[in-house]
Amino acid sequence: MANTDEELRNPSKPPFRISREQAIELVIPVVAVLLALLIGALLILFIGKSPLVAYGALLKGAFGSKRDIAEMLINVTPLIFTGLSVAFSFKCGLFNIGAEGQFIMGQIVAAWIGFSLTGLPTVIHMPLAFLSGVLAGALWAALPGYLKAKLGVHEVINTIMMNYIALYFSHYLVMGVLKEPGPIPQTPPVQAAARLWRILPGTRLHFGLILALGAVWLIYYLLFKTTLGYEIRAVGINPHAARYGGINVSKDIVIAMSISGALAGAAGAVQALGVQFRFLDLFGFVGYGFDGIAVALLGRNHPFGVLIAATLFGTLARGAITMQSIAKIPKQIIGIIQATIVIIVAADEVLRRFLKSRGAATQALVEAGEVEGDGN
Amino acid sequence: METNLADVTIYIALVVSTLRMATPLILAGLGGVFSERSGVVNIALEGIMLIAAFMGMLVSHFTRAPWLGVLAAVASGIAVAALHGVLCIKYKSNQVVSGTAINLFSVSFTGFMLRKVFEHAGQSPPVPKVADWTIPFIEKIPVIGAMIGKHTPFVYLSLLAVVISHFVLFKTRLGLRIRAVGEHPKAAETVGVDVFAIRYLCVLLSGALAGLAGASLSLGFLSQFRENMTGGRGFIALAAMIFGKWTPYGTLKACLLFGFADALQILSQTLGLTFIPTDFLLMAPYILTMAALAGIIGRSVPPAASGIPYERQQ
Amino acid sequence: MQRRLAFLERGFLTLQKSMKAPIVEMRAITVKFPGVVANDNVSIDVYPGEILALLGENGAGKTTLMNVLYGLYRPDEGEILIRGESASISNPNDAIQLGIGMVHQHFMLIPPFTVAENIVLGIEPVNAGGKLDINKAIHDVEELSNQYGLIVDPKAKVENISVGMQQRVEILKALYRGAEVLILDEPTAVLTPQEVDELSAIMRGLVSQGKSIIFITHKLREVIAVSDRVTVLRQGKCVGTGETKNTTAEELAQMMVGRKVVLSLEKEPAQPGDTVLKVDDLHARGSRNLPALKGVSFDVKAGEIVGIAGIEGNGQSELVECLTGLRKATSGHIYVNGIDVLNNQPRTLIEQGVAHIPEDRQNRGLILDFTVAENFILRNYYRPPFAKGINLDYRKVHAYARELISEFDVRTPSENVLVRSLSGGNQQKVVVARELSGEPKLLIASQPTRGLDVGAIEFVHRRLLAQRDQGKAILLVSLELEEIMSLSDRILVIYEGQIVGEMTADKATEGELGFLMAGGRTKRGLLTEGSEESGQYRRRTQEPLKTSFSHIS
Repeated sequence: MANTDEELRNPSKPPFRISREQAIELVIPVVAVLLALLIGALLILFIGKSPLVAYGALLKGAFGSKRDIAEMLINVTPLIFTGLSVAFSFKCGLFNIGAEGQFIMGQIVAAWIGFSLTGLPTVIHMPLAFLSGVLAGALWAALPGYLKAKLGVHEVINTIMMNYIALYFSHYLVMGVLKEPGPIPQTPPVQAAARLWRILPGTRLHFGLILALGAVWLIYYLLFKTTLGYEIRAVGINPHAARYGGINVSKDIVIAMSISGALAGAAGAVQALGVQFRFLDLFGFVGYGFDGIAVALLGRNHPFGVLIAATLFGTLARGAITMQSIAKIPKQIIGIIQATIVIIVAADEVLRRFLKSRGAATQALVEAGEVEGDGN
Repeated sequence: METNLADVTIYIALVVSTLRMATPLILAGLGGVFSERSGVVNIALEGIMLIAAFMGMLVSHFTRAPWLGVLAAVASGIAVAALHGVLCIKYKSNQVVSGTAINLFSVSFTGFMLRKVFEHAGQSPPVPKVADWTIPFIEKIPVIGAMIGKHTPFVYLSLLAVVISHFVLFKTRLGLRIRAVGEHPKAAETVGVDVFAIRYLCVLLSGALAGLAGASLSLGFLSQFRENMTGGRGFIALAAMIFGKWTPYGTLKACLLFGFADALQILSQTLGLTFIPTDFLLMAPYILTMAALAGIIGRSVPPAASGIPYERQQ
Repeated sequence: MQRRLAFLERGFLTLQKSMKAPIVEMRAITVKFPGVVANDNVSIDVYPGEILALLGENGAGKTTLMNVLYGLYRPDEGEILIRGESASISNPNDAIQLGIGMVHQHFMLIPPFTVAENIVLGIEPVNAGGKLDINKAIHDVEELSNQYGLIVDPKAKVENISVGMQQRVEILKALYRGAEVLILDEPTAVLTPQEVDELSAIMRGLVSQGKSIIFITHKLREVIAVSDRVTVLRQGKCVGTGETKNTTAEELAQMMVGRKVVLSLEKEPAQPGDTVLKVDDLHARGSRNLPALKGVSFDVKAGEIVGIAGIEGNGQSELVECLTGLRKATSGHIYVNGIDVLNNQPRTLIEQGVAHIPEDRQNRGLILDFTVAENFILRNYYRPPFAKGINLDYRKVHAYARELISEFDVRTPSENVLVRSLSGGNQQKVVVARELSGEPKLLIASQPTRGLDVGAIEFVHRRLLAQRDQGKAILLVSLELEEIMSLSDRILVIYEGQIVGEMTADKATEGELGFLMAGGRTKRGLLTEGSEESGQYRRRTQEPLKTSFSHIS
């Protein structure tokens, strides 16, 4: 194209173009949240209640007292892990819909190591139990990763299947070899030495939050500061170019799935070692894994975005309980809001078209440039 | 407990139980077959079933006419599927994300509505369910009659749906076009087949079938709605569809197999099968499906264009 | 016997032509794409019962013109007349209604469907009950197949039949829809020589029954052998049209290749050193699992540029992929600096000093959503100084990127900009900078200037020459003959997976190369006399060529 050179001699133009794109990327999640809250408000009106009262109760429930904040953060902690888990898989071009199953495996294995070993000091037992859960999650995800890398089987179906296998397998274990004697289907309690430290006196807030924040930083570092992260992002964006660059794409797929599973396993481990202190029989999915998908999507698959999105979802989940008890509004409204957020983020093409329509002229230029660049 | 394996009632119970367990799977699985054969992955089956089960119950509750409830279930299934269709076909959203969002939505939505309408959590009050059908002559046959002579209509409808689906997919002009669109949409478009129209039709059809599956739960086998009463059946149906290699008869066989595993699990005490952990029977469908996908037991290959949004030229 | 009759009939029809009205007339068609005029005031006409060849190099605008006729593109200017009446063709359905059928280069067939199902799709016969009448479909297909001598098995699944039969299915698909005019887009590209023979017989059979065929090709031999008339396109323009029997292969080659603006490049004579790359009897299969390389042997020495000339699809892509570890060869040897690297991983080859400018920079050469800096390190990110343990030292990466940006004059606001936002020329500069900065021993440049503007082309050319002068071995693969001729020291011509000619650049002429590229190696008299004596030109011994169309010509 004749104008490309001229265009590039004026260096002020391209950064503006990019910042507009980036602005849209940032605006989409915000718009999604606001729209979903609006729909939630309409539903509250529909049942004859005041949205202001409802949302007020929600905020009070999440931030009203030290204890509320602590409980809210306890809700946020596993969501950070599962959100990171799903986001990390997305970064490698994979869709780990199996965080739920990896969560279960992490939870039961952490509980098992936590209760079965005795006489260990905390500095050994706690990390050992936590890391066992992490490893269990990693292995549970490595299998679908391997099947994808070697046989090309789509990971979505396999991870869904493995969610259910984990559910029934955990039931088998907790009703059998890992069962505490007595009528209740649960494991024995985790040894004191394996429990996560309480970090805020007078509340249940536990060390898992610190671990989760550490994981945010670790995943950020891994993705954007290490050679492995470089590889994984390359495979996620363009596996053909990655292979041309000498990257072993199959190996990276297995590694990325394992890390993704490890994060989901960590979510299960902190619940076992920090909140429940045992594994309780599940009658269905707890939902942290599925919520992780929503968190990752809303957080634009960036570790810091995940942190913000997990905080929002944790706040909603905690506040919903107060909202139900004080304002008598069914807590399911929060689930509807969350699902609406995902639908809007998933349908970002709709928003994108709307947001871009104003800059249509410049956009046409960009697209023309891209067509030219295609070269065929 | 002593069990006499010669006791014929055990076999009757096993067959009846298998059919009961398989019916919602068959209906939802057929929905999956249509959707995926046209190229749209539909993991929203679970959520569609749940919403349909609720809406069916609701209409039956207020009208006292269970068949109107069935109609409402089918209509709500179509409505939810339409959302999935618009997101996936028109806006080319990620089909798995859209399905996941619908599944998340359905659990909360039905729970919310349950409280709103009945001010009650957990389950709805009993509502009129559709009456069982008896098949003349067959019901009179000893043993066989007890096995298949009298069931909720959904059992017979699901079997009928298999036959019709097979006919539509493999014996009609529409079926040929559906399969063409799921395999190679561009080739279909070059000979004048409207890819988008076919995909919308199939996604809506899958919503109708999943809706019927939902109705079978709340108006057929039970006469009430329970929170999260689908319990993953939408995903087992998906597994059955894969295990059945995306064909109606294959899906039927897989559903019967999975239903049989479920029946064994339910009756394991009676059958003296306690040496097989029931959880392993419950896991069987998922393990078998993974094995089929990996090619260990007859490779399952999905339609070539499944999951890929279609972009029209120009 | 039948063929002879058909031949006589054709002669008769040719005589009749002046009296007959054309079935298709395309008048002054202009199609513009952003930045390119794909068709510039092109006119063609087609008469009933004739084969019109549409000849031209890749990118000459042949397929675009036919896509206009088939309703896939709307022309910006111009008019189409079918049977003398002005026609508006806005989609393939319109074209089908008007009796125009097209067989695309990439078949539009559904692999798990049967032949009959593929043919009837869209206009399926149904019986009274609405049931698909597959027996009627099979019967109709058999009838059509007998009528035109297109042998297919209606019940076979397309995924199990040969490519030749797939093509016959595509032709039957058009005929089933009542096509009077058939457009065949590069129909021989995917066929074996035997299948090409069969196709030519089919084409003759079709025109003998009154059909018209427009035959898109870049193979001169096929034009001469099978067409009645030929229209030559070059760079979107029509450069000539006429009766095939009144023209010669040399004339057509000249028209097709033309005289383009030759960029003057001052270059010193090469100083070839040791052999860096030696390829010995390399065999490989292509994407359709057909043999794509059939015993390729050559070498490249330090300090020389060896150009591989050829028309797209003759094995160049497969050759480059084998040399860079991206495709498994079936047999043969590849030596880089004396080490056999056949079927090694891409990274092993990178570490052996093989740099690669890939032909598809957007899908292979670059990660468009990575920054400029990140793209610069795609092939060595894992080594010092960029890698420090598990870490990537982004300060070093950025410093390095700024260095390359200034050294290679990449026009970008900063190294932190996504490559996607750069122009095509600057994207290619990123690739070139990356590949040249690694101090390679061997550089494989595949279509390094594809889609670039003049300034960027010149830039890339000068860089390649500079590398040569520094003693690097360079293998240049290009579809642009002019590029091959102005850069190379030695030129190899690849045709159907074999090297069919080798000559030094100073002795090569466009006509000669174009002729070899088009598969015209049977007429030795056409080759420049004296070149053989001087020893600069040599032909490889090989089995006599199976000239597919020889039985007609």
